[in-house]
Amino acid sequence: MKEQLEKIEVLAKQELSACTEIKALDDLRIRFLGKKGELTAILKQMGKLSAEERPVIGQLANKIRSDIENAITEKLSALKASEQEAKLKAETIDITLPGKTVPFGKYHPLTKVENEIREIFMGMGFEIADGPEIDDDYHVFEALNLPPDHPARDTQDTFYIENTNETVLLRTQTSSVQVHVMETQKPPIRIISPGRVFRSDAVDATHSPLFHQIEGLVIDKGIRMSDLKGTLEMLMKKLYGNDCKLRFRPHHFPFTEPSCEVDISCFNCGGCGCSMCKDEGYIELLGAGMVHPKVLENCGIDPNIYSGFAFGMGLERMVMGRYNINDLRLLYENDVRFLEQF
Amino acid sequence: MNLSMKWLKDYVDIDVPIKDYCHALTMSGSKVECYEVEGKDISNVVVGKILSVTPHENSDHLVVCQVEVGKDEPVQIVTGASNVNAGDVVPVALDGSTLPNGVKIKKGKLRGVASNGMLCSLGELGLDKRDFPYAIEDGIFIMQEDCEIGQDIQSAIGLNDISVEFEITSNRPDCLSVIGLARETSATYNLPLNVKAPEFKGVDGNINDMLKVDITNTDKCRRYCAGIVKNVKIEPSPRWLRERLRASGVRPINNFVDITNYVMLEYGQPMHAFDLRYVEGAHINVRNAVNGEKIVTLDGVERELSDDMLVIADDKKPVAVAGIMGGEYSGIMDDTTTVVFESAYFEPTQVRQTSKKLRLKSDACARYEKGVDPLISMTCLKRAFELVELLGAGEVVNTVIDCNHLDENDVKTVDFDADWINKFLGTELSADEMTDYLTRLGFSVEGNKVTAPSFRIDIERPADIAEEVARIYGYNNIPSTDFRGVAKAEFTAEQKFVRTLRSTAVSLGGYEIATYSFVSPKYFDKIRLPEDSRLRKVVRIVNPLGEDTSVMRTSTIPSMLDVLSFNYNNRNESACLFEIAKEYIPVDEKRNYAPDEANLVNSGQPRHEYEYQLPDELQRITIGMYGNNADFYTLKGMVEQILSEINIADVEYVRAGDCEVFDEKYAFHNGRSAVIIKDGKHIGIMGEIHPQVQENYGIGTKTYIAKLNIPELMECAVEEIKYSPLPKFPATTRDLSLIVDDEVPVAELEKAIKGAVGKILEKVTLFDVYKGKQIADGKKSVSYSISMRSHEGTLTDEQADSAMKKALKALANIGAELRQ
Repeated sequence: MKEQLEKIEVLAKQELSACTEIKALDDLRIRFLGKKGELTAILKQMGKLSAEERPVIGQLANKIRSDIENAITEKLSALKASEQEAKLKAETIDITLPGKTVPFGKYHPLTKVENEIREIFMGMGFEIADGPEIDDDYHVFEALNLPPDHPARDTQDTFYIENTNETVLLRTQTSSVQVHVMETQKPPIRIISPGRVFRSDAVDATHSPLFHQIEGLVIDKGIRMSDLKGTLEMLMKKLYGNDCKLRFRPHHFPFTEPSCEVDISCFNCGGCGCSMCKDEGYIELLGAGMVHPKVLENCGIDPNIYSGFAFGMGLERMVMGRYNINDLRLLYENDVRFLEQF
Repeated sequence: MNLSMKWLKDYVDIDVPIKDYCHALTMSGSKVECYEVEGKDISNVVVGKILSVTPHENSDHLVVCQVEVGKDEPVQIVTGASNVNAGDVVPVALDGSTLPNGVKIKKGKLRGVASNGMLCSLGELGLDKRDFPYAIEDGIFIMQEDCEIGQDIQSAIGLNDISVEFEITSNRPDCLSVIGLARETSATYNLPLNVKAPEFKGVDGNINDMLKVDITNTDKCRRYCAGIVKNVKIEPSPRWLRERLRASGVRPINNFVDITNYVMLEYGQPMHAFDLRYVEGAHINVRNAVNGEKIVTLDGVERELSDDMLVIADDKKPVAVAGIMGGEYSGIMDDTTTVVFESAYFEPTQVRQTSKKLRLKSDACARYEKGVDPLISMTCLKRAFELVELLGAGEVVNTVIDCNHLDENDVKTVDFDADWINKFLGTELSADEMTDYLTRLGFSVEGNKVTAPSFRIDIERPADIAEEVARIYGYNNIPSTDFRGVAKAEFTAEQKFVRTLRSTAVSLGGYEIATYSFVSPKYFDKIRLPEDSRLRKVVRIVNPLGEDTSVMRTSTIPSMLDVLSFNYNNRNESACLFEIAKEYIPVDEKRNYAPDEANLVNSGQPRHEYEYQLPDELQRITIGMYGNNADFYTLKGMVEQILSEINIADVEYVRAGDCEVFDEKYAFHNGRSAVIIKDGKHIGIMGEIHPQVQENYGIGTKTYIAKLNIPELMECAVEEIKYSPLPKFPATTRDLSLIVDDEVPVAELEKAIKGAVGKILEKVTLFDVYKGKQIADGKKSVSYSISMRSHEGTLTDEQADSAMKKALKALANIGAELRQ
C-alpha cells in the first residue's frame, strides 16, 4: 500500500510539471485528490490494514495529499503569473504617442510676474493697495510735490479728461496711490500697488501709452535709506536669482529725497556689456527714494516723527527681461501663439 | 547738456579714461547718457601741401596734383576741384583712409591716371562753413591753420575733443554749465576747482549817458545788468572758441553771438546782445507786455503777446521776450557798431509759463525756467567783457548798469545734524566726512547749520543735505538693511475674489489677455449700439495719441472682439480668451467724500476735495472664444463653472433681447444670447455675437463672448461653504423621456419636475435632447435622469413611482408628455 501511495505521488508530480493550463490543473486535482480520485480510492482500503500499520500509512497518505495540494497551488500561481505576463505583453502601447490634452489656460505674462512680485512682498509683510486709474491733478502731481508749472511735469506727458479744465487725468504713475493710502491709513504703512498707468508715448518696441507700474511705500518710525536698499535687493534676488547685482544711482524725483534710480545687471550679459544694455552692463529698472517730507506733510503725516521710502517699477520691463521679449507690443496684441508660451 | 572735455580741463585738472569719468559722474548724480569722440570716424587723413597742379591728359575738368604728405615721396592725386593751387595746404585722405558716414578711400585710376588718395572738402570731413568760415562749401578745404605737413587732420583742425552728453535733472539747472559740471567733477574726484573772477580793462565812458534801464516789474525780474561795447568788429570767432561751441552742440555765428552763448554754456547764465541802434530812445524797460502787442522773434515767427508775459522793451516796442528769445530786428548784424549786453535774473515760473503759452523754447529758457544763480549776473557780464577784449572785438565801456532788487541776505541755511543724517541714511559717517563732501560741493558748514551756495536753488531741508552727503559718499556704499515692525499682510476680499476668478478662468482653458483701457469711439457703431445708448456716454481724452485711443471704454466687449479678430486674422484656428479689466463709466451727480472720510486720518486736517466727479471704474471678467468647440453651450459651461467656483447657484438665464441693463445686447445674436440674473441682480451677459458685428470686426467664424460684472458677482457670491452630511441611504433613479413643443425651454420642464417631486429630489440631469425622425414636427424629445433620495430611509418603489406620477402631471400642465 505504501508503494501504491508513493507511486501516486510520483505520478501526480510528473503530470503536474507537464501541465500548462489552469483548466488541466483542475482536472488533475479531481483525478488525484477528488472524492473519487486515486488517493481516496487507496485510502478506502485502509480498513484492511493492521492496527500497527494504520497510523503509519495514514500519516504517509496525509503527507502525500498535502504535498500534492501544495504542488497544485504552487503550479496554479505560476501559471497565473505567466498568463498575466502574456496579457500585459499583449497590451503594450506606444508610450511615445502624444497625451490627450485637458484644456487648461494661461496667465498673461504681466499677471505671472506681477503675482510673483505680489507674493514676494506679501512675504515681507506688504499689503496690496488699489487706487483709481482716472484721478485728479492733486493726487497724481500736487500732493507729490509737483505743483503746477513744475518742470518735472514735462517728463510725464499726461492724458487729460475732457471738460475738467485739465484737473482730471489718467494717472501717469502709481505714486498717486501713495497719497490715497497716506490720507486714509495711519503708519506703520507697508504697501505695494500694482496697476495701469498712462503716458502720451507713441507705440513702438519699447513704448506704450498704457503700461503697468508697481508702486511700493513704507512709512514708519526710523525707516532708513539702507532699508530701501535691503528691500529692493531682496526682491531682485528672489526674482532674478542670487547672482543679479543692483546699482543705485542718484537721481531726482520731486516726491522723494534722496532719490535714486536702480539698475540691475544686464539680463543678457550679466554685467560685462552687450548690445542689449548698450555696453553698460546694467539696465535701468526702477526709481526710488526716501519719501519727501513735503509729501508726508501734504498727507498729514509728521516728517519729524515718521520717515519712509517709496519705489516704482515698470512691470513691462521686468516681464521683458524675464522672458527675453524684445517687443513690448507683443504683450498687448495677445496672439494665442504668444500667450501659450507662458 | 553736452560738455567739452577740453573746456572742462580749464577748471579741473582731470586726466582719467573717458569711460571711467562717465561712470564716476553718473554714480555721483550727473548721469552721462553717452559720449562722442570727435573725428573718430576719420582715419589716415593728414595735412598735405600741394606741390604742383597739372592738367589731366584725358580730361578737361580733372587735374593731377603732386602732394607732399610728410613721407619720402609725394603722393599723386587726381581731383575734380577747381580751387587748388600749388602751395595750398589741404586735408589729404590717403589710400585706405576712412571718412565720416563710413566712406572708405582706396587708390585707383581716374581716366587712366593713378590717384592715390583724395583731397577733402569740409563736407567730406563732416564739417561745414560755420566751423571754418574762411573755407568754401563746394571745393577743397584750403587750410589756414597753424599745422605741420603730415600731421593727423584731427589734431590739425582741433577735431580731437570729447563731447560728453549729460542728462541733467530739472532740479539741477546749475549743472547746465561747464563750471557746474566742473564743480561736480571736482567734488567727485576730490580735485581743486579753479574758477577765476573775470577781469577786463575797458575804456573810459559813462554808460548812463548812452543807455537807461528800468525794471517796471521787479517781482518777475529781480536783477538786470547791462554793459556796452563800442566800435565793435563783427567777425567769426577764433577757432578755439568755435571748437568749444561745436563740442557743446551750439552753432557758431559771429563773435558777439558766440560770446553770449559761450558765457551761457560756461556759467549757465543766459545772456543777450542787442544792437544799440535798434533800442529806441536808448531806453530798456523790463515790463509786462500789453495784450495784443506783437514781436517777431529771432526764429522769424511773429508772436502775439499778452499782459502776463514779461518783455524787454525800448521806448516803443518789445525787443525781446524776457529770458526766452530776442526780437529779429534788434540782434547783432554785420554792420552793428555798438552792442548792449544783457545779463539778468528772471523769475523761473514767469519764463516757464510764457514759454509754454508761446510754445517757444530756447537754450536760455531751458535754464531760466528751472532757475539760474541769482547772484551771478554781474560776473557773467564781466566775463563777456573779458572775452570781447580777448578777441579784440571792440571797446568795453568801463561803467555798467546794475538794477538789483535782490535781497542779498536771502541765503538758504538748513540745520546740519550728522546723527540725523546717519539715522536717515543708515550710515555711520563722521560729521567731518560730511562736511568735507558738502564743502566740495560749495556748501559751507558752520556748527549745526549748513548754507547752500546761491546756485543750489533745490536745497530746502535736511533731507536735501542728506542726499548731497549720500551721493558723494556713494549710494552703493550705503549698507543694505532689513527693517523691522509689525506687518499684517493679507489680500482684501476683492483681491481674493479676483484671484479666484482668474485662476478658475485659467483652469477652464482661458488664455488671459491684456488690452488698452482707451479705445476708438468707432466701437459704438461697430457693436450696433443705438444712438441713444448710455454706453455712448464716455470719458473722453482731450489730447489722445489718436482717435484709436481717444475714449475710455464703457464696455470691455469691443476690446475682446479686437483681440479675437487679431487672432482670427493671424490664422489662429481657435481661441479661448479672458480678461479681467475695467470699464469706465462717467458719473453725473457730484458725490462728495463721506463725512467720516473728510479729514486726513493722521492729522485731522481737512482733506483735499475733488473738484470734478471721477468716473466709476468697474471691474469685469470678459470671456471670448471662436473655433474648435466654441459654441453657446461651451461658453455657458465656462460661465456655470465660474459661478459654481464662487458658490453662486440657481441663476436664471433670460433672453438678452428683453434686458434693459446691458446695452451690449445689440452686439449679440438675438436668439442665442442670455442675460444672467441672480436674485433679480443682473450679473452678466453672454452669447453668440451678432453676424453683423462679427463682420464689422472682420471675424469670419462664429464668435462667443460672456461678460460678468465683478462687483455684482461679489455681492451674490457665497463665501462660506457648509458641509452637508454624506447620504446614509441609497438613491433611487428614474429616467423620463418627454415629448414637448420645441419652443418650451428645458428650464421650464426642470422647474415643473422640481416643484412636483419636492424634498426627495436630489438631482435632475438632462441627458438628451432630440429632434427629427420619429418625433413630430415642432416637437422635441427631452430625456432626464431623476435622482431621488431620502435622509430618513431607503425610498420604496411606491414612493418613487408616486413622485414620478406627480412630476408627469405637472409636466402635462405645460404640454409635456411621456414619450411612448
